[in-house]
Amino acid sequence: MKKILKRYTSVLVAAIAFVAFILLFPAWRGKALDSIAFQTKTMFLLIPPIFILLGLLDVWVPREKMIRYMGPGSGPKGSILAFLLGSFAAGPLYGAFPFAAVLMKKGASFMNILIFIGAWSTTKIPMLLFEISALGARFALSRLAIDIVGIIIIAFAIKMALPRKEVERLYAEAEKID
Amino acid sequence: MDTIVLYVIAGAGLLASVLKDRAKTKTALLKAAKAFEGILPQFLVVLVLVAATLAVLDTATISRFLGKGSGAWGVLGASLVGAITLIPGFVAFPAAAALLAAGAGATQIAAFVSSLMMVGVVTLPMEMKYFGKQAAILRNALAFGFSLVAAIFVGWVVGL
Repeated sequence: MKKILKRYTSVLVAAIAFVAFILLFPAWRGKALDSIAFQTKTMFLLIPPIFILLGLLDVWVPREKMIRYMGPGSGPKGSILAFLLGSFAAGPLYGAFPFAAVLMKKGASFMNILIFIGAWSTTKIPMLLFEISALGARFALSRLAIDIVGIIIIAFAIKMALPRKEVERLYAEAEKID
Repeated sequence: MDTIVLYVIAGAGLLASVLKDRAKTKTALLKAAKAFEGILPQFLVVLVLVAATLAVLDTATISRFLGKGSGAWGVLGASLVGAITLIPGFVAFPAAAALLAAGAGATQIAAFVSSLMMVGVVTLPMEMKYFGKQAAILRNALAFGFSLVAAIFVGWVVGL
Protein backbone atom coordinates (compact mmCIF):
# COMPACT_ATOMS: atom_id res chain seq x y z
CA MET A 1 0.00 0.00 0.00
CA LYS A 2 2.75 2.40 0.99
CA LYS A 3 4.62 1.48 -2.16
CA ILE A 4 1.60 2.18 -4.33
CA LEU A 5 1.06 5.50 -2.60
CA LYS A 6 4.66 6.46 -3.22
CA ARG A 7 4.45 5.58 -6.90
CA TYR A 8 1.34 7.69 -7.30
CA THR A 9 2.53 10.72 -5.31
CA SER A 10 3.23 12.69 -8.46
CA VAL A 11 -0.27 11.89 -9.75
CA LEU A 12 -1.77 13.24 -6.54
CA VAL A 13 0.31 16.40 -6.78
CA ALA A 14 -0.68 16.89 -10.42
CA ALA A 15 -4.35 16.29 -9.64
CA ILE A 16 -4.34 18.80 -6.79
CA ALA A 17 -2.56 21.33 -8.98
CA PHE A 18 -5.15 20.78 -11.71
CA VAL A 19 -8.06 21.30 -9.32
CA ALA A 20 -6.39 24.45 -8.01
CA PHE A 21 -5.89 25.59 -11.61
CA ILE A 22 -9.56 25.26 -12.56
CA LEU A 23 -10.67 26.88 -9.29
CA LEU A 24 -8.29 29.83 -9.66
CA PHE A 25 -8.86 30.45 -13.36
CA PRO A 26 -12.56 30.08 -14.06
CA ALA A 27 -11.97 31.48 -17.56
CA TRP A 28 -10.06 28.33 -18.49
CA ARG A 29 -12.26 25.94 -16.51
CA GLY A 30 -14.49 24.86 -19.38
CA LYS A 31 -11.63 24.36 -21.78
CA ALA A 32 -9.50 22.52 -19.22
CA LEU A 33 -12.30 20.09 -18.45
CA ASP A 34 -13.12 19.56 -22.14
CA SER A 35 -9.46 19.05 -22.80
CA ILE A 36 -8.95 16.49 -20.05
CA ALA A 37 -12.00 14.56 -21.25
CA PHE A 38 -10.74 14.59 -24.83
CA GLN A 39 -7.19 13.59 -23.89
CA THR A 40 -8.38 10.82 -21.59
CA LYS A 41 -10.52 9.44 -24.38
CA THR A 42 -7.68 9.59 -26.93
CA MET A 43 -5.12 8.06 -24.62
CA PHE A 44 -7.29 5.26 -23.35
CA LEU A 45 -8.45 4.47 -26.86
CA LEU A 46 -4.85 4.18 -28.01
CA ILE A 47 -3.53 2.24 -25.07
CA PRO A 48 -5.10 -1.20 -25.51
CA PRO A 49 -3.81 -1.91 -29.04
CA ILE A 50 -0.32 -0.53 -28.33
CA PHE A 51 0.14 -2.57 -25.18
CA ILE A 52 -1.37 -5.70 -26.76
CA LEU A 53 1.12 -5.38 -29.61
CA LEU A 54 4.06 -4.99 -27.27
CA GLY A 55 2.87 -7.97 -25.24
CA LEU A 56 2.66 -10.07 -28.41
CA LEU A 57 6.09 -8.85 -29.51
CA ASP A 58 7.53 -9.80 -26.15
CA VAL A 59 6.07 -13.30 -26.27
CA TRP A 60 6.48 -14.22 -29.92
CA VAL A 61 9.72 -12.64 -31.10
CA PRO A 62 12.70 -14.59 -29.77
CA ARG A 63 15.66 -12.62 -28.51
CA GLU A 64 18.06 -14.20 -31.01
CA LYS A 65 15.90 -13.06 -33.91
CA MET A 66 15.69 -9.50 -32.65
CA ILE A 67 19.45 -9.39 -32.13
CA ARG A 68 20.03 -10.75 -35.63
CA TYR A 69 17.68 -8.24 -37.28
CA MET A 70 18.09 -5.14 -35.12
CA GLY A 71 21.00 -5.84 -32.81
CA PRO A 72 24.40 -4.10 -32.71
CA GLY A 73 25.71 -6.21 -35.61
CA SER A 74 22.71 -5.77 -37.87
CA GLY A 75 24.21 -2.87 -39.83
CA PRO A 76 22.25 -0.58 -42.14
CA LYS A 77 19.61 -3.29 -42.63
CA GLY A 78 18.75 -3.12 -38.94
CA SER A 79 18.49 0.66 -39.06
CA ILE A 80 16.22 0.52 -42.11
CA LEU A 81 14.02 -2.01 -40.32
CA ALA A 82 13.86 0.24 -37.25
CA PHE A 83 12.96 3.16 -39.46
CA LEU A 84 10.16 1.27 -41.23
CA LEU A 85 8.82 -0.09 -37.96
CA GLY A 86 8.54 3.45 -36.60
CA SER A 87 7.10 4.85 -39.83
CA PHE A 88 4.31 2.32 -40.09
CA ALA A 89 3.29 2.90 -36.51
CA ALA A 90 0.24 4.89 -35.60
CA GLY A 91 -0.45 7.12 -32.65
CA PRO A 92 1.38 9.86 -30.80
CA LEU A 93 5.00 9.66 -29.73
CA TYR A 94 4.29 8.61 -26.16
CA GLY A 95 3.08 5.28 -27.56
CA ALA A 96 6.58 4.64 -28.87
CA PHE A 97 8.36 4.69 -25.50
CA PRO A 98 7.00 1.48 -23.96
CA PHE A 99 7.39 -0.21 -27.33
CA ALA A 100 11.01 0.89 -27.56
CA ALA A 101 11.64 -0.51 -24.09
CA VAL A 102 10.52 -3.97 -25.21
CA LEU A 103 12.74 -3.70 -28.29
CA MET A 104 15.64 -2.86 -25.97
CA LYS A 105 14.84 -5.79 -23.75
CA LYS A 106 14.90 -8.05 -26.78
CA GLY A 107 18.34 -6.84 -27.79
CA ALA A 108 17.86 -4.14 -30.45
CA SER A 109 20.84 -1.79 -30.56
CA PHE A 110 20.61 1.66 -28.97
CA MET A 111 21.18 3.36 -32.33
CA ASN A 112 18.26 1.45 -33.83
CA ILE A 113 16.08 2.32 -30.86
CA LEU A 114 16.84 6.01 -31.43
CA ILE A 115 16.02 5.69 -35.13
CA PHE A 116 12.77 3.93 -34.27
CA ILE A 117 11.77 6.75 -31.89
CA GLY A 118 12.73 9.37 -34.47
CA ALA A 119 10.73 7.69 -37.23
CA TRP A 120 7.70 7.22 -34.97
CA SER A 121 7.80 10.89 -34.03
CA THR A 122 7.89 12.34 -37.47
CA THR A 123 7.75 10.16 -40.58
CA LYS A 124 4.56 8.19 -40.03
CA ILE A 125 3.06 7.15 -43.37
CA PRO A 126 -0.66 7.63 -42.53
CA MET A 127 0.08 11.11 -41.19
CA LEU A 128 2.20 11.95 -44.23
CA LEU A 129 -0.70 11.33 -46.59
CA PHE A 130 -2.83 13.56 -44.45
CA GLU A 131 -0.15 16.23 -44.37
CA ILE A 132 0.15 16.20 -48.18
CA SER A 133 -3.57 16.76 -48.59
CA ALA A 134 -3.66 19.54 -45.98
CA LEU A 135 -0.40 21.41 -46.58
CA GLY A 136 0.65 20.36 -50.05
CA ALA A 137 3.17 17.88 -51.43
CA ARG A 138 6.00 20.39 -51.53
CA PHE A 139 5.65 21.21 -47.84
CA ALA A 140 5.13 17.62 -46.67
CA LEU A 141 7.79 15.97 -48.82
CA SER A 142 10.49 18.52 -48.13
CA ARG A 143 9.75 18.13 -44.43
CA LEU A 144 9.95 14.35 -44.79
CA ALA A 145 13.31 14.60 -46.59
CA ILE A 146 14.92 16.88 -44.02
CA ASP A 147 13.41 14.89 -41.15
CA ILE A 148 14.99 11.65 -42.32
CA VAL A 149 18.37 13.40 -42.21
CA GLY A 150 17.48 14.83 -38.81
CA ILE A 151 16.49 11.47 -37.34
CA ILE A 152 19.88 10.02 -38.24
CA ILE A 153 21.83 13.06 -36.99
CA ILE A 154 19.91 13.15 -33.71
CA ALA A 155 20.35 9.40 -33.19
CA PHE A 156 24.11 9.68 -33.76
CA ALA A 157 24.41 12.72 -31.51
CA ILE A 158 22.56 11.06 -28.61
CA LYS A 159 24.57 7.87 -28.99
CA MET A 160 27.82 9.84 -28.93
CA ALA A 161 26.84 12.12 -26.07
CA LEU A 162 25.32 9.55 -23.75
CA PRO A 163 27.85 7.84 -21.47
CA ARG A 164 28.21 4.12 -22.01
CA LYS A 165 27.26 3.51 -18.40
CA GLU A 166 23.94 5.30 -18.81
CA VAL A 167 23.08 3.21 -21.88
CA GLU A 168 23.92 0.05 -19.94
CA ARG A 169 21.72 1.24 -17.09
CA LEU A 170 18.81 1.81 -19.50
CA TYR A 171 19.21 -1.69 -20.91
CA ALA A 172 19.33 -3.19 -17.43
CA GLU A 173 16.16 -1.23 -16.62
CA ALA A 174 14.44 -2.54 -19.78
CA GLU A 175 15.54 -6.05 -18.86
CA LYS A 176 13.37 -5.81 -15.74
CA ILE A 177 10.18 -5.45 -17.79
CA ASP A 178 8.26 -8.60 -17.32
CA MET B 1 -8.22 6.84 -38.58
CA ASP B 2 -4.87 6.36 -36.86
CA THR B 3 -6.57 4.45 -34.11
CA ILE B 4 -8.53 2.20 -36.45
CA VAL B 5 -5.32 1.07 -38.17
CA LEU B 6 -3.83 0.31 -34.78
CA TYR B 7 -6.86 -1.73 -33.71
CA VAL B 8 -6.88 -3.71 -36.95
CA ILE B 9 -3.18 -4.60 -36.56
CA ALA B 10 -3.51 -5.47 -32.87
CA GLY B 11 -6.71 -7.47 -33.51
CA ALA B 12 -5.11 -9.46 -36.33
CA GLY B 13 -2.05 -10.15 -34.22
CA LEU B 14 -4.13 -11.23 -31.27
CA LEU B 15 -6.25 -13.54 -33.43
CA ALA B 16 -3.19 -15.17 -35.00
CA SER B 17 -1.68 -15.57 -31.55
CA VAL B 18 -4.78 -17.22 -30.06
CA LEU B 19 -5.01 -19.64 -32.97
CA LYS B 20 -1.37 -20.60 -32.56
CA ASP B 21 -1.02 -20.83 -28.83
CA ARG B 22 -3.59 -19.97 -26.18
CA ALA B 23 -1.23 -20.07 -23.20
CA LYS B 24 1.30 -17.80 -24.86
CA THR B 25 -1.43 -15.32 -25.75
CA LYS B 26 -2.49 -15.21 -22.14
CA THR B 27 1.09 -14.47 -21.10
CA ALA B 28 1.24 -11.71 -23.72
CA LEU B 29 -1.91 -10.08 -22.37
CA LEU B 30 -0.66 -10.34 -18.80
CA LYS B 31 2.59 -8.71 -19.86
CA ALA B 32 0.62 -5.98 -21.62
CA ALA B 33 -1.39 -5.28 -18.48
CA LYS B 34 1.73 -5.24 -16.32
CA ALA B 35 3.56 -2.90 -18.68
CA PHE B 36 0.57 -0.60 -18.64
CA GLU B 37 0.38 -0.50 -14.86
CA GLY B 38 4.11 0.22 -14.82
CA ILE B 39 3.70 3.45 -16.75
CA LEU B 40 0.28 4.46 -15.37
CA PRO B 41 1.51 7.05 -12.80
CA GLN B 42 3.59 8.94 -15.41
CA PHE B 43 0.74 8.56 -17.82
CA LEU B 44 -1.79 10.20 -15.53
CA VAL B 45 0.59 13.09 -14.81
CA VAL B 46 1.03 13.65 -18.54
CA LEU B 47 -2.73 13.59 -18.99
CA VAL B 48 -3.18 16.42 -16.50
CA LEU B 49 -0.26 18.41 -17.93
CA VAL B 50 -1.63 18.12 -21.45
CA ALA B 51 -5.12 19.13 -20.40
CA ALA B 52 -3.90 22.24 -18.57
CA THR B 53 -1.55 23.24 -21.41
CA LEU B 54 -4.20 22.85 -24.08
CA ALA B 55 -6.72 24.81 -22.04
CA VAL B 56 -4.38 27.80 -22.09
CA LEU B 57 -2.98 27.21 -25.58
CA ASP B 58 -6.05 26.16 -27.52
CA THR B 59 -6.17 26.04 -31.31
CA ALA B 60 -7.50 29.60 -31.58
CA THR B 61 -4.71 30.99 -29.38
CA ILE B 62 -2.08 29.03 -31.26
CA SER B 63 -3.45 30.28 -34.57
CA ARG B 64 -3.24 33.88 -33.40
CA PHE B 65 0.32 33.25 -32.26
CA LEU B 66 1.48 31.65 -35.50
CA GLY B 67 -0.36 34.07 -37.74
CA LYS B 68 1.08 37.15 -36.12
CA GLY B 69 4.70 36.32 -35.52
CA SER B 70 7.01 36.95 -38.41
CA GLY B 71 10.72 36.70 -38.98
CA ALA B 72 13.13 34.84 -36.74
CA TRP B 73 11.13 35.52 -33.58
CA GLY B 74 8.02 34.16 -35.21
CA VAL B 75 9.83 30.95 -36.12
CA LEU B 76 11.23 30.57 -32.62
CA GLY B 77 7.83 31.26 -31.07
CA ALA B 78 6.17 28.75 -33.36
CA SER B 79 8.72 26.10 -32.36
CA LEU B 80 8.19 26.82 -28.68
CA VAL B 81 4.42 26.50 -29.02
CA GLY B 82 4.88 23.24 -30.92
CA ALA B 83 7.26 21.92 -28.28
CA ILE B 84 4.92 22.37 -25.34
CA THR B 85 1.66 21.34 -26.97
CA LEU B 86 0.45 17.88 -27.84
CA ILE B 87 -2.10 17.96 -30.62
CA PRO B 88 -2.95 15.06 -32.92
CA GLY B 89 -2.04 15.57 -36.58
CA PHE B 90 -5.62 15.42 -37.76
CA VAL B 91 -6.34 18.57 -35.73
CA ALA B 92 -3.02 20.32 -36.32
CA PHE B 93 -2.73 19.92 -40.11
CA PRO B 94 -6.07 21.49 -41.07
CA ALA B 95 -5.41 24.35 -38.63
CA ALA B 96 -1.97 24.84 -40.15
CA ALA B 97 -3.45 24.73 -43.66
CA ALA B 98 -6.00 27.41 -42.75
CA LEU B 99 -3.18 29.59 -41.40
CA LEU B 100 -1.13 29.14 -44.56
CA ALA B 101 -4.13 30.11 -46.65
CA ALA B 102 -4.58 33.17 -44.45
CA GLY B 103 -1.04 34.29 -45.22
CA ALA B 104 1.11 32.86 -42.42
CA GLY B 105 4.70 32.04 -43.39
CA ALA B 106 5.54 28.48 -44.43
CA THR B 107 8.69 28.61 -42.29
CA GLN B 108 6.69 29.40 -39.14
CA ILE B 109 4.14 26.69 -39.89
CA ALA B 110 6.92 24.17 -40.58
CA ALA B 111 8.61 25.10 -37.29
CA PHE B 112 5.37 24.51 -35.45
CA VAL B 113 4.58 21.19 -37.16
CA SER B 114 8.13 19.86 -36.76
CA SER B 115 8.52 20.63 -33.09
CA LEU B 116 4.94 19.53 -32.40
CA MET B 117 5.86 16.07 -33.67
CA MET B 118 9.43 15.68 -32.48
CA VAL B 119 9.52 17.56 -29.19
CA GLY B 120 7.32 16.61 -26.26
CA VAL B 121 7.84 18.71 -23.17
CA VAL B 122 4.65 17.59 -21.46
CA THR B 123 5.33 13.93 -22.18
CA LEU B 124 8.82 14.12 -20.62
CA PRO B 125 7.74 12.24 -17.48
CA MET B 126 6.91 9.21 -19.64
CA GLU B 127 10.01 9.49 -21.77
CA MET B 128 12.27 9.79 -18.72
CA LYS B 129 10.76 6.67 -17.18
CA TYR B 130 12.08 4.55 -20.07
CA PHE B 131 15.05 6.55 -21.32
CA GLY B 132 16.33 8.29 -18.22
CA LYS B 133 16.60 12.02 -17.61
CA GLN B 134 19.80 12.48 -19.58
CA ALA B 135 18.73 10.84 -22.84
CA ALA B 136 15.20 12.27 -22.72
CA ILE B 137 16.29 15.86 -22.20
CA LEU B 138 19.06 15.50 -24.76
CA ARG B 139 16.67 14.10 -27.36
CA ASN B 140 14.16 16.88 -26.84
CA ALA B 141 16.80 19.61 -26.93
CA LEU B 142 18.33 18.24 -30.13
CA ALA B 143 14.90 17.77 -31.72
CA PHE B 144 14.01 21.35 -30.84
CA GLY B 145 17.16 22.70 -32.45
CA PHE B 146 16.60 20.49 -35.45
CA SER B 147 13.00 21.61 -35.92
CA LEU B 148 14.34 25.13 -36.50
CA VAL B 149 16.69 23.84 -39.19
CA ALA B 150 13.89 21.80 -40.76
CA ALA B 151 11.64 24.87 -40.75
CA ILE B 152 14.19 26.98 -42.61
CA PHE B 153 14.67 24.21 -45.18
CA VAL B 154 10.94 23.66 -45.72
CA GLY B 155 10.34 27.41 -45.92
CA TRP B 156 13.05 27.65 -48.55
CA VAL B 157 11.69 24.74 -50.64
CA VAL B 158 8.11 26.00 -50.49
CA GLY B 159 9.32 29.44 -51.56
CA LEU B 160 11.28 28.17 -54.58
